[in-house]
Order: sequence, then structure tokens, then C-alpha cells
Amino acid sequence: MDLTLDEVKARNAEVITEALSVYPDKTAKKRAKHLNVYEGDKPDCGVKSNIKSVPGVMTIRGCAYAGSKGVVWGPIKDMIHISHGPVGCGQYSWAARRNYYIGVTGVDTFVTMQFTSDFQEKDIVFGGDKKLDKIVDEIQRLFPLNHGITIQSECPIGLIGDDIEAVAKKKSKEYDNKTIVPVRCEGFRGVSQSLGHHIANDAVRDWVFERGADKPALFESTPYDVAIIGDYNIGGDAWSSRILLEEMGLRVVAQWSGDGSLAELENTPKARLNILHCYRSMNYISRYMEEKFGIPWVEYNFFGPSKVAESLRTIAAHFDDHIKEGAERVIAKYQPLMDAVIAKYKPRLEGKKVMLYVGGLRPRHVIGAYEDLGMEVIGTGYEFGHNDDYQRTTHYVKDGTLIYDDVTGYEFEKFVDRLQPDLVGSGIKEKYVFQKMGVPFRQMHSWDYSGPYHGYDGFAIFARDMDMAINNPVWGLTKAPWNAGH
Amino acid sequence: MTGLRQIAFYGKGGIGKSTTSQNTLAALAEMGQKILIVGCDPKADSTRLILHAKAQDTILSLAAAAGSVEDLELEDVMKMGYRDIRCVESGGPEPGVGCAGRGVITSINFLEEEGAYEGADYVSYDVLGDVVCGGFAMPIRENKAQEIYIVMSGEMMAMYAANNISKGILKYANSGGVRLGGLVCNERQTDKEYELAESLAKKLNSKLIHFVPRDNVVQHAELRRMTVLEYAPDSKQADEYRTLARKIHENVGNGTIPTPITMDELEDLLMEHGIMKAVDESIVGKTAAECAVA
Repeated sequence: MDLTLDEVKARNAEVITEALSVYPDKTAKKRAKHLNVYEGDKPDCGVKSNIKSVPGVMTIRGCAYAGSKGVVWGPIKDMIHISHGPVGCGQYSWAARRNYYIGVTGVDTFVTMQFTSDFQEKDIVFGGDKKLDKIVDEIQRLFPLNHGITIQSECPIGLIGDDIEAVAKKKSKEYDNKTIVPVRCEGFRGVSQSLGHHIANDAVRDWVFERGADKPALFESTPYDVAIIGDYNIGGDAWSSRILLEEMGLRVVAQWSGDGSLAELENTPKARLNILHCYRSMNYISRYMEEKFGIPWVEYNFFGPSKVAESLRTIAAHFDDHIKEGAERVIAKYQPLMDAVIAKYKPRLEGKKVMLYVGGLRPRHVIGAYEDLGMEVIGTGYEFGHNDDYQRTTHYVKDGTLIYDDVTGYEFEKFVDRLQPDLVGSGIKEKYVFQKMGVPFRQMHSWDYSGPYHGYDGFAIFARDMDMAINNPVWGLTKAPWNAGH
Repeated sequence: MTGLRQIAFYGKGGIGKSTTSQNTLAALAEMGQKILIVGCDPKADSTRLILHAKAQDTILSLAAAAGSVEDLELEDVMKMGYRDIRCVESGGPEPGVGCAGRGVITSINFLEEEGAYEGADYVSYDVLGDVVCGGFAMPIRENKAQEIYIVMSGEMMAMYAANNISKGILKYANSGGVRLGGLVCNERQTDKEYELAESLAKKLNSKLIHFVPRDNVVQHAELRRMTVLEYAPDSKQADEYRTLARKIHENVGNGTIPTPITMDELEDLLMEHGIMKAVDESIVGKTAAECAVA
């Protein structure tokens, strides 16, 4: 039985109160500010964000190191990223994001390799700068085709006061002005991985743009040069995006940072337009390039045919008729394919309800793709979003949507239990909890080892995957033994 | 290991901790006690007067050379000194790099694991000036030193440091059972020094265990890298250290949980003894020129 809007709002408000009721007063007061039922006419979602998680809860957040090494820098394929500190941070995050790339691993590309300075007790006591110095020498000897090195600081580096900047400068001089980037992304900094993105963006600014400012450009510019910013090529997302841009007549001179290279970072100041997918993790450097090099930037959304078409037109609006016509041509070309996908899957998915809880842009960006399939997103939230993310979210969510910022493990379970969606989209830590509750689930960080989901090609895969999850016959076979008699 | 006394000397940098502790421990050795000194200062000068030598090979420097602390044997780091006092120095990084506090933790763990305390009557930790971080509080944590002796003088900053150290002891007193053994006043010949030290000890719920008078023989002995006990055993100063040693020896189980005071209370104490005048609030923050005009 479908609830009316007012009933939905009342139910959602009640669910929030219920979830908060188990907390101690102080915790309840703090968490209350992060939970809300969206009121359709408001300019934001009415939740506080980017605030320290409450001790004692299970938060789904990461740390600054995860934001820098795992997200922003890690996918730059021709540089070697040293996890600087004890072995664990690098080891347990090793190749955890599916940043696809082209290249020969271990020869000229290094994304799925793990480099660690493996700190020992003596490195803590006496400092690790000498070790770092030696590691750079070893990297140069073992991997001579690397194009640069980044030093991703783990917590102890900030505690013992190592001077990694001095080491970076010294080694850079020794190796013919090689790009060596020290990144102060110690995990204890900030409240989530979000500060790590910012620190990593600043490191690009200081150690790639400003230090390399005198490097000559390696290519001839055209009026149609764009850079893809904030696409990490999860399962090939950036590739299925890039082909559309190229088909409409643009030239993609850089991908940040999925399947990206140092040369692409260096080339970006010559782009005519920066097109920004993950606003959260790369708005900082986009704003910098706008101020410093006068490059405008535009946000886009390549999930689902409606948003793809809208975005292609938005991007084209920054160029001449040649490109505008190109955009229309691309949209028209793919429309029949999209119609076929929708014709196949919409009847199977229409009316299904979805709850999301993801990271940078997906809590809002994927909503359009679900809607193209006739599905409805009834709850969403960000791990590490800021207020500007929640403002942008209002363009996507419907009146009465349940909003949960930095949701705790308990709250999320409670909400799903009470709202009974047909699908939950979140991460690996959440997956099995909900599947055991009998709720279909898709990982929306890694695409559950599928993908790409971006672009027109991606939408076909997205639609198939959602159908597989929801209409899987397995759900009809689960029966709790204590319900056997019913 | 029943009966092992673990004590530690803390106090403001430069107050004479190492000199006082080594002389006192030498006197305890004279009384037949078997002593182990653990220097917890990167400068590694806690055992100089006992060994007649500066900075022996430290645990951390040897560990760094060997690869890790697990590669060391106890014999590598332990040296015998005056009256068979056993000495080890933790050592640590040069100023400005690494983490000396972690070094102290590493060293003490090593000594415990290697059984360095077996056969000793006393283990004495000599710790760097201020308890700047958790590492330097290691000796006052659970199952380490039972009694802390704070070396101080009648100077404001020495008393301030003594109060701060009391805060550190208080923090661990309930979880670990560490106690404040007492204050040792190392005379600086400031005004009303004895009374001030007594009052502070009382405020801290402790006692002035001994007032060590100033005597140049200490410097003469130090120049020879010796304790007074060894250099001039018949001197009056040697007897002072013997007295302090006896008092510490008899002080077993008499330690207290300190009651640190606020900065204001400390200033009140100084005013009470006429060391400091009441602050004229009207002159606070005024330059000399402004005061002249007023």
C-alpha cells in the first residue's frame, strides 16, 4: 500500500526519533543534527555535515590518508606512491579501488602495486627521513620508467616531525628536477577522508603546478581541449565518459586521476574547460585553476541517459556550434540504444524503492539513473559531504526523502529495516548486513566488481546490474526457519 | 623479584637531578644495596659519575646499528660502575628529529623483557626535565616506579615544574599505584628556600624528604666524573647524600598521592613567603614608557 507524502514524512520523522532514542542524551543531541526529512522547498537538506563522528558509533568514514593516497593520488598511474609509515595503511588499502588503467604494471605503471617505507621502531625513534631518502634511490634503480614519486604520510610522520618536504626537494635535485611530491595527509587530520582530498589537491597545486610552472607545454593547443576532473575510472567509468566527449568533437587532454598520468596533470592548465564529475574531491584544484589560469569549470553528471544528455548540453554550451551540434548528434545516436535498455528493464524495476549511502558525488548523482528506470530514491546520505554537497542534493531528491549524514551502522540498519526499500546501494561493509536482512544490495563504490556505470554504455550495465540484484530469484528462496509454520 | 624497589627522579632541567640521583644511589650502594640505573634522557648523562665516562653505548643507538632492539643482548647495553652499580642509558635521537618519548618506551620494554631487573634491590629511572609527552611518563605508569622523588629548588620555575610533575603522578596514581616519595631540595641559596620547599611539599600532600645544602665539593667531584661518595667519602656533603639515601631507603611504602595546586595557589605561596609581591593589576601589560606617563 502506497503512503501519501504526508504519511511518508511522518513515518520518516518517526524513524529518526526511534533511532535516536537508544543513544545517550549527548549523542542523540549531536546525531539529531545529521538526520532529517527533506522539505521540498528548502535550499539545503537541513543536516549538519563535515563534523567529527561521535565516539562509540560505527562510522563508515575513512581518513585523510585514504582521501589522498586512496582517492586523489593513487590512480595517477605513472607515478609511484609511497605509503610512508608503518606497513598496515598501505597493505590493507592495497588496490582497494578499481581504478582501471592502461600500461604495463611494474614497468611504466604502478597503480596496483604497494610501496611502503615499512616503518620500524627505530624509524619512529630516530626519524624516517634517511629511510625515505634511500627508498627514492631504490625506486629509481628498480623502476627507472616511473615519472614521479609521491610521499603519502601516515599518522606517525606528523607525530615525529619528519621533514619530508626537505627530502623531496633534495631528491628532486639529485634526480634532474624529478617531480617528488610530499603529501601531509596524516590520518588523524580532519574528520574524514575529505580533508585528505583537499590536502592532495593542494599538493598538486604546490608541487606540480607551482614548482613545474617553467616546464614547456608538450602539445599544441586546440580550442576544444577539455580535462576530465574527478573521475577515478572505477571499472572504466572515465573511458565510457571520454568517448562521448570525443564523439561530440572535444579533445580530452587529461583525466584526473583515473588512468591519468603526471603529464596530464601538467597539461591541464592549457585546457579550455575543466569538466568536474566528483565535486567533493576535486573542486579545490578546479577553483585554483580558474583563479590562476582562467580556466572555467563545469560540473556534470554522466549517470543515466537523462543526466548524460543534460550534461552534454551543459558542456557544449561552453563551446561553439560545432560542439553544440556534436552534442545533439551524440545524444540522438545513443537515444535508440537507451530506449531499448529502458524498454527492457523499466518494466522489471518500475516503482522499486532505493536507499543510498555513499561517498563523494554518488548520493545525488546516481538518482537520475534510477529514475530513468522508473525507480525512486527514498533515502540518501554522504559519508563525508559538506554543506555545498547537501545544497546540490536538493536538485535531485524529492520532498520527504530521508537524509542521513555520516550515518552510523545502527541508524542505517534501523532505517532500512523500517523503510523496507527494494534495494540498498552502499559499500562492502554494509553489503552483507543488508543481504542477511533479505534486502537486495549493490556496492556503489566499486560497482560490485562490475561497471563502468558512467555514460551511455555504463547505463546499460547499471540497468542490468540493478535488475540482477533486485529480481534475483534467490530472494524468493530465503525463508527463516522460525517462520516455517507461517 | 619481591622487594625490588623501583624509584624515579624527576625535576626541572638543570636542577641537578642526575648529580643528586647518582650521589644518592652511590650512598645506597655503600649500604649494600644492589642498584640498576636506567637513564631516560636522550643526552645519556645519567650514569656519567658512576661510570667515570660520558654517554656509553645506549640501547637505542645500538639497536639502530643492529637493525632492531630485538637484535640486542642485555650484556651489550649494561655497564658496571662504582660499587658494581649497573648502568644502562636509553639514549635517543639528536635534538629535532624522531621521537625520544617512544625511545624511552622501547628501552624500558626491552629491559623488562630481557630480565634486567633480576637480582637488583633498586631500579632507578633518571628522567629528562619535563614530562613533555607520554613517553617520558613511562616510568610512572603501571608496574614501573613505585615512588617518585622530585628534585627542586626555591626557584619559581623549579617549583612550577615540581607541581607539573605531581599532576603527571596524580594521573597515574589511581590506575597504576605510583606515589610521590617526596621532594628533594637541591639548595640554590634563594631566599627562604627551606621554608618554601617545606610549604610546597605540604601543599602537594608530600614532604621535603631532604634539603641538600650547596657545597663546591660536588663540582670538584663532577669535574673528575665522580660522585662525592667516591671522590671525598669523608666530606660533609657525602654524609648529606648518605642521609638522603637512608631516608629514601626507610621511606618504603610511605609515598602519597599528590595534590597538585593551581598556578594562582603557587603564586600565593610565593607571596606568603615574601618572595613575590602582590601583582598590581594596574601595571599589567603596560610598557615602561606608559608607566612613566601614568
